[in-house]
Amino acid sequence: MPNAPVIGTTRPAEVVARENGLTIGNARKLFATPEGGVVKALDGVSLQIRDGEFFVMLGPSGCGKTTLLRAIAGLEVLDSGEIYLGRDRIDSLPAYARPVNTVFQSYALFPHLTVAQNIAFGLQMERLPKPEIAARVEEMMALVRLDGLGGRLPSQLSGGQQQRVALARALAKRPRVLLLDEPLAALDLKLRRGMQDELRRLQRTTGVTFVFVTHDQEEALSLGDRIAVFSNGVPVQVGTAEEIYEQPVNRFVADFIGESNFLAAEINDDGDFRVADGPWRELSEPVLPAMDGTVTLAVRPERLVVDGTAPELVRGALAEVVYMGTDLRIRVSLADGTSLAIRVSPPFEQLHLTPGAEVVVGAEPSHLHPLAGER
Amino acid sequence: MSEPNRGRTPGRLPWFASLPALVIGALFTIGPLAVIVAFSFMTRPAQGGGVVYQFTTDAYRTSLFTKSFNGDLVFNSAYLEVFWRSVVQATISTAICFVLAFPLALWIATRTPRVQNLLVLAVTIPFWTNLLVRTYAWMLVLAKDGVINQASRALGLGEHELLYTDLASQLGLIYTFLPFMVLPLYSSLSGFDFRLAEAGYDLGAHKFTVLRRIILPMARPGIISGSLLVFMPALGSYVQPVLLGGGKVLLIGNLIASQFGDSRNWPFGAALSVIILALLGLCLLGVGLWARRTGTKVSLSL
Ligand SMILES: Nc1ncnc2c1ncn2[C@@H]1O[C@H](COP(=O)(O)OP(=O)(O)O)[C@@H](O)[C@H]1O
Ligand SMILES: [Mg+2]
Repeated sequence: MPNAPVIGTTRPAEVVARENGLTIGNARKLFATPEGGVVKALDGVSLQIRDGEFFVMLGPSGCGKTTLLRAIAGLEVLDSGEIYLGRDRIDSLPAYARPVNTVFQSYALFPHLTVAQNIAFGLQMERLPKPEIAARVEEMMALVRLDGLGGRLPSQLSGGQQQRVALARALAKRPRVLLLDEPLAALDLKLRRGMQDELRRLQRTTGVTFVFVTHDQEEALSLGDRIAVFSNGVPVQVGTAEEIYEQPVNRFVADFIGESNFLAAEINDDGDFRVADGPWRELSEPVLPAMDGTVTLAVRPERLVVDGTAPELVRGALAEVVYMGTDLRIRVSLADGTSLAIRVSPPFEQLHLTPGAEVVVGAEPSHLHPLAGER
Repeated sequence: MSEPNRGRTPGRLPWFASLPALVIGALFTIGPLAVIVAFSFMTRPAQGGGVVYQFTTDAYRTSLFTKSFNGDLVFNSAYLEVFWRSVVQATISTAICFVLAFPLALWIATRTPRVQNLLVLAVTIPFWTNLLVRTYAWMLVLAKDGVINQASRALGLGEHELLYTDLASQLGLIYTFLPFMVLPLYSSLSGFDFRLAEAGYDLGAHKFTVLRRIILPMARPGIISGSLLVFMPALGSYVQPVLLGGGKVLLIGNLIASQFGDSRNWPFGAALSVIILALLGLCLLGVGLWARRTGTKVSLSL
């Protein structure tokens, strides 16, 4: 009974997502390597992507992002697991029957067809009447700002323009979900920034669910309504940019997203902690220390201070000061040989930093994140 | 004081270094052609065979007209028919070669690189032995007591007339020229980016549509060079129509051969060769113009 009336007034987000969004349940995929081994490209992926959101899948190269995207598109068959679009199971459908379209990393534009013919291709497959196809092609070219280039061949376009054609071709089909596999990776930095804004605008105006794959954390943070951080074939954390940046669940996420210092802290029987020979301090949240009574604290470089405006954490010797224009990058060596990265925002004229001098490094308790399950 | 560098590129040999290549080219390609063209404008000696060094266009006239007994030129379509039959046979060979070669080339092009190399090597195996020997092998297969008829008799299906038929001749042509279709098709398909096919599926195209609308258009250079490489030699083929077809139907190939043999009319044989040459040249010119207009790259190589 797919259209059974739904009782109740307010429903939890997960329920809504399950009814309208894209749900991936325990997806697994193994590949045989040429060397005779196997790679777990997808190692039990479960995700709930909401209808109409800009969802980013972030992870280092080789962690299975492309494989998952191809599985959603129907270009790869899962070993096990389920994919639902709303309440319809789609993982048994062939690629051409899924209401999902892809913007390929290589763009995969048909080189023998013009821009307009490329965009029209998918509509011709739906056997739409010719005038409607022509109208839709016009509309799409205006949407991605390619007006007047309909007669060009892909080889006569710049990389950024080809990218727009690929977008227009996929969006012309009015998919329920648009899959984008590192679409900006081939563009230079300036063009990439422009296209990021463009993608956000397209997503807002069309309301199509975007599933965007990238290995660039900055891109992920700036684009995603929600981000899934992948490692070795599984999403290790799913959340908003802020959640992922401010509350990384483990060392991998803290390290991969932005820059982090990892401090080994000792914990005593009162539940207080200290770093190296620093003062004993109270923890902001209770943690379970590892067997040897230590815990790893993650702290962002910009959350550490050297001007005494936050409670002391540890003392060390100033090893290096690098002037970066928008900020100062400082390295402080601790007694135990480890070093801390600190970023100081302007104004830093009042700071008198002499290399070799002792500095007091401070941090607010709320900015120290104990990492689960790690020493 | 810098001396102007007279267009000399370091590491480049002077012009006369290409002399050997030019001489070889002239000797082996232009030389024989020049002889044929010259012979076609010469006079046939009264007793036939050889040529008399005297200019005439008689040989060309012979292809369309015969002298009636009172000396008038009368239109004669006999040689046109020979020509037409040859074109039809070559066209059929080309079409069937394409139908057979395309799936094969596509299959090869989708294997792993190592397997591809092995399969391409396998396609060229026929080139390792002489064409005549291979044609005789077909005669043994198709003969009255050949492999096929023996099998057919053993199965109680009786005996069939296979050798010395049009079918055998056609079969021989297809067999001989198939690799010339497979190899160019393969080389245009092996460069095909199969992610484009995936993009096709993703946009809602079924397998056959992807084949027709994406793979086939992009294999066009291979289709054209393969077709030319089959059509041109098939048009003037001699061995297969004579040995397998029994020489029962007159085709251009054996018509020309007979002019230098039994009929002893060298100028006419030469003229026929020049006519074929001119027609194929026109054909190539047409393809070339079309390729230029559509921006298709066509190369005549395997
Ligand atoms: N067709 C394939 N055959 C063998 N191994 C593959 C294949 N596709 C992907 N892999 C392997 O699966 C893992 C995940 O690949 P992929 O999904 O492309 O990662 P990502 O897109 O995150 O870089 C990698 O180790 C990769 O080598
Ligand atoms: Mg990838």
